[in-house]
Amino acid sequence: MTIDAHTNNNETAVNTSAVSFSTPLNLASGVVLADYELAFETYGTLNDARSNSILICHALSGDHHAAGLDADGKVGWWNHYIGPGKAIDTNDFFVVCPNNIGSCFGSTGPNTINTETGKPWGVDFPSLEVSDWVESQKQLMEHLKIDCWAAVVGGSLGGMQAMHWAINHPTKLKHAVIIAAALKLSAQNIAFNEIARRAIQSDVNFKHGDFLDHQTSPRQGLALARMIGHLTYLSDDALGQKFGRLVRSGDLDGAEKELVEFEVSSYLNYQGDKFATRFDANSYILITKMLDYFDVAQTYQDNPVEAFKQSQCKFLVIAFSSDWRFSPQCSEEITDAIVSADKDVSYLRIESDQGHDAFLLPNEHYEKGLSQYLQRVAQAHFGAPL
Amino acid sequence: MIDANRVIGDWIEPQSRILDLGCGDGALLNDLTNRHNIHGYGLEIDPESINQCIANGINVIQQDLNAGLGNFADNSFDTVLMTQTLQALRYPHLVLDEMLRIGKQCIVTFPNFGHWRTRGFLAFKGRMPVTKQLSYQWYDTPNIHFFTYKDFEVLCAERNISIVNRTFIGGRASDLRLDKIWPNLFAHTAVYHLAR
Repeated sequence: MTIDAHTNNNETAVNTSAVSFSTPLNLASGVVLADYELAFETYGTLNDARSNSILICHALSGDHHAAGLDADGKVGWWNHYIGPGKAIDTNDFFVVCPNNIGSCFGSTGPNTINTETGKPWGVDFPSLEVSDWVESQKQLMEHLKIDCWAAVVGGSLGGMQAMHWAINHPTKLKHAVIIAAALKLSAQNIAFNEIARRAIQSDVNFKHGDFLDHQTSPRQGLALARMIGHLTYLSDDALGQKFGRLVRSGDLDGAEKELVEFEVSSYLNYQGDKFATRFDANSYILITKMLDYFDVAQTYQDNPVEAFKQSQCKFLVIAFSSDWRFSPQCSEEITDAIVSADKDVSYLRIESDQGHDAFLLPNEHYEKGLSQYLQRVAQAHFGAPL
Repeated sequence: MIDANRVIGDWIEPQSRILDLGCGDGALLNDLTNRHNIHGYGLEIDPESINQCIANGINVIQQDLNAGLGNFADNSFDTVLMTQTLQALRYPHLVLDEMLRIGKQCIVTFPNFGHWRTRGFLAFKGRMPVTKQLSYQWYDTPNIHFFTYKDFEVLCAERNISIVNRTFIGGRASDLRLDKIWPNLFAHTAVYHLAR
């Protein structure tokens, strides 16, 4: 079952595993995934009462490598916040982070082999919703013999999974931490996702999604999709401060202005190209659609208050002032709905000029708020010392 | 000596839903939760105070009272509280209206500017008062409105706010009951129980 486990000498010990499930997963679309595999990492130690576990839910482009250094020496995407003595303290908590199905880092998805056809799933991978990710995470939870998460924590699309856990499996978590998320996407958000998908689909190498069969990849389209997405995760101020009108090559005062390359152009191209080498184009299309479909209140007569009335956990909601992709207003709508449902919630609006990406970046107030909240969780649920 | 928190405790229903505007470190909500098992939420803007609330396990929502309370539904709380904050708001009268819309009842405490110390400061020193309740210099103070309990009652009458109950707190003057006999001189803090 465990295909690879290693603990390195870095401050955060990383256990990388994968588990195959032969229990069919009934997807929201009605399609049944007969068997699937989840890659996941864990940090820290599960206590005897099995009560100190935290589930980390990744966002659109995330993976199971959230903390520490992996076998290739790569630092986890949330390393600043997960580890011994950090906000999500692995001295207290057993932290679990899976790569979700439909993604492309080891779990079953468009770039893995469909056992029925012997070929990569590609564009035939079934359409997914946030609930499908949560159901697969629940199977992982049962595999790890965890009855209840001390907390489910996630930013962006990760926060949407945390909300879904709270509403649909109320007895399976004590706390939900929802960071830079929204009850549902706005028209503008869906529009950005549509532009990204169109960019991928317009690439001649996309081959109607069968690019793996053709041993190619729509890298130009995927890079463009990422450049658009990446730009929306940053604020105007942050970009201005980092790049301004700095020129990387060429001379703005010279005769041949067309040779000028701005630093910001170089940066965005680099980000796009880097992403295109590591991410699967079908996964990008699939997961952006998941985001578009997500709506907390859809099965509750469009009333998020009714949805949150199902929950039994306590909530921490966090937003960042300069985030315009999932603005503080989105987080305030979540908070208001939880207050109206008479459930416990705290809300932090963190001052930051880093845009949506702020949830991944160091920030003193954010760190302190998250850390104090989780210390309280540790004390309340398994008596960890202050 | 009477303590404002104890008075507030007497005026709220056990197990009720309470919103505390400008909740500081959450001490009042914590106290009401422990003594009366209320379900409370605090609004606060100061990041340090917010962190203290979180450390104390108090529900705290980062929200600027001056930016409005339109996100809270009519009658969605049993009691809306505001202690020692009214004098620091941009439009205290509008916030009072909002409190009475959101809560079935309200409890407000504020420093009484009619207290003899503040009067004395201005009358004899010719300087703006700096007292225990109003401890800031005039040029750098969150307290931008100065009023006495009589001014407050005129406002309540003008806006059809009914005063269900009131208590005055007067430090050492309480021992002689002077704060009850002559509150505008001897009460440093006024506590009002309001309804529509």
